[in-house]
Amino acid sequence: MSGWVEKAGGVFLLPVLIAAVGFVLIGTPSSWLTLTVAGLSMGMMVFLMASGLSLVFGLMDVLNFGHSAFVSFGAFVAASVLAAMSGWLGSESWVLNLIALVLALMAAVGFGLVAGWFFERVIVKPVYDDHLRQILITMGALIVAEQIILTTWGGTPMNVPRPRFLEGSVLIGDSSIEIYRIFAFILGALVYLGLFWLLNSTRLGLLIRAGVENREMVEAMGFRIDRLFVGVFMLGSALAALGGAMWAGYQALITPALGAEMLVVVFIVVIIGGLGSIQGTLLGALIVGLTQNYVGFLAPKLALASNMILMMIILLWRPSGLKPAVK
Amino acid sequence: MSLLSVKGMSVDIGQYSVLHGVSFEVPEGGVFVLLGRNGAGKTTTLRAIMGLWDPTPGSVHFEGSEISGLHASEIARKGIAYVPENMGIFGGLTVAENMVLATASGKYDGKRLEWIYELFPALKTFWSKPAGALSGGQKQMLAVARAIVEPRRLILIDEPTKGLAPSIIANMAQAFREISEDTTILLVEQNFAFAKALGRDMGVIEDGRVVHTGTMTEFAADAELQNRLLSLSGAEAPA
Repeated sequence: MSGWVEKAGGVFLLPVLIAAVGFVLIGTPSSWLTLTVAGLSMGMMVFLMASGLSLVFGLMDVLNFGHSAFVSFGAFVAASVLAAMSGWLGSESWVLNLIALVLALMAAVGFGLVAGWFFERVIVKPVYDDHLRQILITMGALIVAEQIILTTWGGTPMNVPRPRFLEGSVLIGDSSIEIYRIFAFILGALVYLGLFWLLNSTRLGLLIRAGVENREMVEAMGFRIDRLFVGVFMLGSALAALGGAMWAGYQALITPALGAEMLVVVFIVVIIGGLGSIQGTLLGALIVGLTQNYVGFLAPKLALASNMILMMIILLWRPSGLKPAVK
Repeated sequence: MSLLSVKGMSVDIGQYSVLHGVSFEVPEGGVFVLLGRNGAGKTTTLRAIMGLWDPTPGSVHFEGSEISGLHASEIARKGIAYVPENMGIFGGLTVAENMVLATASGKYDGKRLEWIYELFPALKTFWSKPAGALSGGQKQMLAVARAIVEPRRLILIDEPTKGLAPSIIANMAQAFREISEDTTILLVEQNFAFAKALGRDMGVIEDGRVVHTGTMTEFAADAELQNRLLSLSGAEAPA
């Protein structure tokens, strides 16, 4: 890539470029703005789901196809808490609204932490260094997780109530922007900033970044990378559960197949972003979010295929993804 | 008592036996050089000592304590540093981050850092740059600097001169001389001139077995022995 493009942001200009192309093709500024906000908020929620998978992939070379089970559990746990607190959600008081929402998100995150620890110890640990078994056992775990959800919450689609203060839209010109989408974008951005700080400004983050590059060397320097990995796995699971919880509110109606449906999108994001890179995952998620929304508007029949086409184009251009961690 | 004692160490990698009862003693102080042809088992020996292969038959004692079977991180915390053949640099991290990662506490000793800058001035110049952008020689300097950022008892170094320019090799030789004044070095090397200039004691490994040990002075004086065990001509002499 030429020097000035790199200086201006390099591959990070891609979402801007896609948005610009979208603006030209859509033609109507109000529709473009609505779709852009929808794409960015979807991207942020997918980023939450995918960031942990990327780190786990990069750090321990583990292919965890069961990752989306945490997305499903996060969605259902949060939905249950929200349903139980429907009185507070519908209250005039935004404080009660907020408390109910925070409790639901905390329940999802807490569940993700505990389930992540259990999943790593029982399912993933016995199959380190064996990709074929990792694929088989984590796919199996995803199926088991779906069945647990089916048994616990039933097969009927579940309504997810939203807090009153996140209902409705704001008008910007002729565009109607859902408040929930703005909230999802802000939450995703805050989590990204938190992860960025953790990875770039703390010793723990330094160890994770070094471990992604060369696990053996980190161990030869005196650190137990396997213990670090448990922590990263738990963090990744909790973020996936948080993403699932936010996605549940976004969809408003969820089924036990939610995790499996998101699995493909999450893997596409991780692959086009570059394995082991949080910046790459964010970039991939925003690109996927924007593309899916624009294509869904311009050529609805192509919407399902758009992510796959996008992945093929990016991998032909950059086979290791847009911003892979250095290996 | 020797600082490091390796007795009957064997390593199997997959279905292949790479080491067959390797035994040698590394005395405290100076540079012990392990010589051998390509594929003789030099790198595997260092990795096995460092705990980077699964526990194998035989024993490794460091300062009198058994370390074979310990996790690599535990071996490192006993005061053994490892500089692998591929240098093990974290290319996405800056030179400073590579260095701070090698400290136990996350803090440098300023005086020691000044000494490292004297040994390898390039590191000061590129302190805030990504390590991946360094040249091969600078990466090797960083790899060695990381190993000495804190006092160690023993440093295992695997072929540090491989692919380096003669001027960098001379810099490296001078640095190893200084480092070995208070730290024992176990050096694996194919460059016999470099090894001869540094080594006090030595061993030769062949087909996964140590076939000769002694002093470097004796070995360097015996051309017939060198020719029989190594077929080396002594190229790439350090300045």
